[in-house]
Amino acid sequence: MTREVTAITVRPARRLAGGTAAGLGVAVIYLSLIVLIPLAAVVWRSADQGPGYFWRSVTTPDAWAALTLTIGASALVALINLVMGTAIAWVLVRDRFPGRRVLDTIIDLPFALPTIVAGLVLLALYGPQSPLGINLAYSRAGVVLALMFVTLPFVVRTVQPVLLELDTEMEQAAASLGAGPFQTFRRVILPNLVPAMLSGTALAFTRAISEFGSTVLISGNLPFKTQVAAVNIFSQIEGDNTTGAAAISTVLLVVALVALVSLDVLQRWGRRRG
Amino acid sequence: MAIEVRDVNKSFGTTPVLHDVSLDVAAGSLTALLGPSGGGKSTLLRVIAGLERPDTGTVRISGVDATRLSPQRRNVGFVFQHYAAFKHLTVFRNVAFGLEIRKRPKAEIRKRVMELLELVHLEKLADRYPSQLSGGQRQRMALARALAVEPQVLLLDEPFGALDAQVRKELRTWLRRLHDEVHVTTVFVTHDQEEAIEVADTIVVLAGGEVVQAGSPGEVYDNPANPFVMRFLGPVTEIGGSLVRPHDIEISPGPVEGGSPAVVSRVVRLGFEVRVEVKVGGHDAWVQVTREQADRLGLGPGDTIHLRPVPGARSLALAL
Ligand SMILES: Nc1ncnc2c1ncn2[C@@H]1O[C@H](COP(=O)(O)OP(=O)(O)O)[C@@H](O)[C@H]1O
Ligand SMILES: [Mg+2]
Repeated sequence: MTREVTAITVRPARRLAGGTAAGLGVAVIYLSLIVLIPLAAVVWRSADQGPGYFWRSVTTPDAWAALTLTIGASALVALINLVMGTAIAWVLVRDRFPGRRVLDTIIDLPFALPTIVAGLVLLALYGPQSPLGINLAYSRAGVVLALMFVTLPFVVRTVQPVLLELDTEMEQAAASLGAGPFQTFRRVILPNLVPAMLSGTALAFTRAISEFGSTVLISGNLPFKTQVAAVNIFSQIEGDNTTGAAAISTVLLVVALVALVSLDVLQRWGRRRG
Repeated sequence: MAIEVRDVNKSFGTTPVLHDVSLDVAAGSLTALLGPSGGGKSTLLRVIAGLERPDTGTVRISGVDATRLSPQRRNVGFVFQHYAAFKHLTVFRNVAFGLEIRKRPKAEIRKRVMELLELVHLEKLADRYPSQLSGGQRQRMALARALAVEPQVLLLDEPFGALDAQVRKELRTWLRRLHDEVHVTTVFVTHDQEEAIEVADTIVVLAGGEVVQAGSPGEVYDNPANPFVMRFLGPVTEIGGSLVRPHDIEISPGPVEGGSPAVVSRVVRLGFEVRVEVKVGGHDAWVQVTREQADRLGLGPGDTIHLRPVPGARSLALAL
């Protein structure tokens, strides 16, 4: 019995040879070219004119307003996604109803649609001429709505496969051990979904803070009120202030990084506690 | 009776799976539900556990009508073929699950779980996750988890089915010994007649959704209710229009009363056993003898011999 166990622990150590090293090399080079070097260039650029200038660029009233709105709205949207995305994934996997396949396809639409088109559609539906009588144009609610639209698929699509793979006998075992439906959900299903839920949420959040196209129309782009960070960056670039634009970008980058890392830490911590 | 199943019928869609199944399981017994794959064994076990609802019929557990009770309220331990381990919990927490649900004090849970882990020889692996265990270890963990809540009956669905032959054999003997220690009424499903005979004190043969026979391993082996059970429980051969166990046949060099003449076609020595293949009445049959008997008879291909069932042997006439 002990022998089987050692076999399990030994295997991963042997793997990092030959083919693996080559694969790792390719991955690192690719990531560097596509992600790391461009990002480093942005950060480098933002420090062009010293830390004082960086700080001033980020804290101009319009930039600061855009940043706080973006981060706040994105956090709210991420939370909404966490709950609703999980609920939608649940319904898609566990419930049988007519139109399930159609719904399953519709979930991906926000990914397929150019975001500016999404903005147009949202403005038409929830703008001044709303057929539903709901006017969210030029308001922060409009920004949140646009962000909800574009980030919808993330949590659904990360949770759905995990839920599909989840061993239903685990739930039956819980029931025969005396757990009610709620206890089974909380103690068995949820812990198995949490990693996927959290990574979906992190993706939704980071996507939301960088969103441009879908918000630009419905928000009306009012500085101090509805202008999001990406649009603010764009107007900085138009005003020939690339260093300022890079500074605001760097802040978004750091926020995204902090979000990704802290969710990862949260997951490990949760895993340890069981 | 610990479990009384009465006239249970169950269909999935239009496919009938259980047909008028009635079954009694004595308190403290170790019963094997034996039958070919697809015969409805798992379904019956799941009906007893409440994981499946019968279309008609009743299930009583310890004298209480449980037919409408949810699995949660039946206090039945269930062990799944593929373990159904809680992947996100350590071995300790897996076993503690039922006790935590019952809100037992922490100290009591700790004591009981450690006792059980010792019982299943996993005390050193309490902090492992299921993914870090071998199949046999996972199954013992699942068993400890089911036993933790002191179930009225323990149900195991092909508990060793996913394990390799060696581990399977070990766990078999171990289950038997465990039952002698714990005494909980146990029903386990198997399609392996050797496993059933070796482990169980009662065998219930289920085929085509019906209970074909129930009794002690000896009874079922020696007095099979029909040719199907006889074939399923052990080796058979056909002599003079009857099914006989190959080791229940007497070989004589000369004619004997009630014997059938046969011609030896091949003699195969399998260690201690010798398998004598013969032609009798135009078709093939075989007889199992010991090496000593074979040597005494000096059998070789082409010899004419006479076969008859040993006194007291059970044979079943085959309807043609
Ligand atoms: N959930 C189910 N849905 C449809 N058919 C099922 C289901 N469970 C079992 N069956 C069918 O019922 C029959 C008996 O299955 P089962 O009880 O698993 O047999 P066994 O355990 O003896 O192999 C099989 O033909 C199987 O295909
Ligand atoms: Mg089965």
